[in-house]
Amino acid sequence: MSVKSRAYIAGAYEHPTRKAPDKSVAQIHAEVATGALEDAGLTKDDVDGYFCAGDAPGMGPLSMVDYLNLKVRHLDSTDIGGSSYLLHVAHAAEAIALGKCSVALITLGGRPLSDGVQSGTSPRIENPSKPDVEWEYPFLPTTVNMYAMCAMRHMYQFGTTSEQLAWIKVAASHHAQHNPNAVLRSPVTVEEVVNSPMVSDPLHRLDCCLITDGGGALVVVKPEIARSLRRPRVRLLGAGEAVKGQSGGEIDLTFSGAVWSGPAAFEEAGVRPEDIKYASIYDSFTITVLMQLEDLGFCKKGEGGRFVSNGNLISGIGKLPFNTDGGGLCNNHPANRGGMTKVIEAVRQLRGEAHAEVQVKNCNLALAQGMGGLLGSRHGSATLILERE
Amino acid sequence: MTSLETKQRKIPFSPSNPESRPFWSAAAEGRFIVPKCNTCKKFYWYPRAICPFCFDDKIEWVTASGKGKIYSFSVMRRTPEPYAIAYVTLEEGVTMLTNIVDCDFDALKIGQKVKLVFIPSEGGFPVPMFTLEPDHGSKG
Repeated sequence: MSVKSRAYIAGAYEHPTRKAPDKSVAQIHAEVATGALEDAGLTKDDVDGYFCAGDAPGMGPLSMVDYLNLKVRHLDSTDIGGSSYLLHVAHAAEAIALGKCSVALITLGGRPLSDGVQSGTSPRIENPSKPDVEWEYPFLPTTVNMYAMCAMRHMYQFGTTSEQLAWIKVAASHHAQHNPNAVLRSPVTVEEVVNSPMVSDPLHRLDCCLITDGGGALVVVKPEIARSLRRPRVRLLGAGEAVKGQSGGEIDLTFSGAVWSGPAAFEEAGVRPEDIKYASIYDSFTITVLMQLEDLGFCKKGEGGRFVSNGNLISGIGKLPFNTDGGGLCNNHPANRGGMTKVIEAVRQLRGEAHAEVQVKNCNLALAQGMGGLLGSRHGSATLILERE
Repeated sequence: MTSLETKQRKIPFSPSNPESRPFWSAAAEGRFIVPKCNTCKKFYWYPRAICPFCFDDKIEWVTASGKGKIYSFSVMRRTPEPYAIAYVTLEEGVTMLTNIVDCDFDALKIGQKVKLVFIPSEGGFPVPMFTLEPDHGSKG
């Protein structure tokens, strides 16, 4: 059994806020749930499956199903960090294929900006019983450090340069100028990126994503319901998920879990990287994008630097338009988890609802790629391939 | 988190995991030990009660040379007191997360030879960090 064509994304909604000091986390989840259901043309009473991850308040689905007053028969709160929501789309499709639910709601919401969380530059120790804590926490492994070491090794092994990484930010900024909700709307140059203050060698401030409040939601439905709705139909063709850790100490920082989740998704979908018209690529840092593009097979390992250069990721200019909403680098990285917005922009592109300046022509096949956790120690990777029917 | 950002670079650490007790007891005596599986004969990192390669629980702790090479690193410049985080590949073959200390951060390079130094943490237990070997080379 495969999830291919077994489920459709019928609703997608990105909260317009980027700073929400007067909203609670549960309230943000509720507002995006409403938005996605309205987008689909469904109501809360249609929902019979609910999915959320570690950003949900309290006991996750227990707290949120009660707060939203849902009546569901299927739940999943698998948490692989910012990539959770792509995995949730796949798991919703699996549940739908098995008849366990027919309308699945996936929500994300949070307010790290209002809460003053130094997400990228302070070590986060969520749970002292994590088995790796004693072997890592004393060395202050902040989020940015654990991506910077991957960039450093990539540069050493493949000759990748800061200027090449900067092109990723340049492309995102070119897209963000057309997004009225984006935090950073001014196009930047390669020189501006490499001359921005160094945060953690070799990553500069402009190599890092935003910290924003906000959220987003998706509604995944069975084919019969999708066909009854008045929205363009976006169906799931293939999905893959993986966790990459430290491999018992046999560490290789030059690849991500996308080497496993990507090929699984392509195989299920029956398509190849060169068929993809638009790609949402998780962009916590510029290096995150470069690594995943290689691992997904858009270019060979080690050639990501050349692949992203000279505007190759800019819509209308390059071969692979990416993150046309401005991505986490310029638009939005709600709750420090960028996977939800990756799926939402892919849905916009497939529906033809992206901003006219960045809409990819005849966009019938898109990929969304998420990466959650820390690239340099342990992370989840989830890949979706979506088609406009 | 502010205590981490003081100029003294205090290490607020107190081990509590029963699996790792042998390591920290040895460290308190100045010995750097690394777990090895008695069944598949492989060293592994980080320490745990089962071998991550074969799931066997016949584990022995081997005194390591304390020598290694920098696999990758990054100097954190956003904190009041910069620090160098690194992955060091030990002579025994495993790669561990650590800090490089007592050196010119701007001169750090992948492949440089390093040696172990135990740095006391606030909780009293010495933490395994590394410093450049006098003849540290530059290739790896």
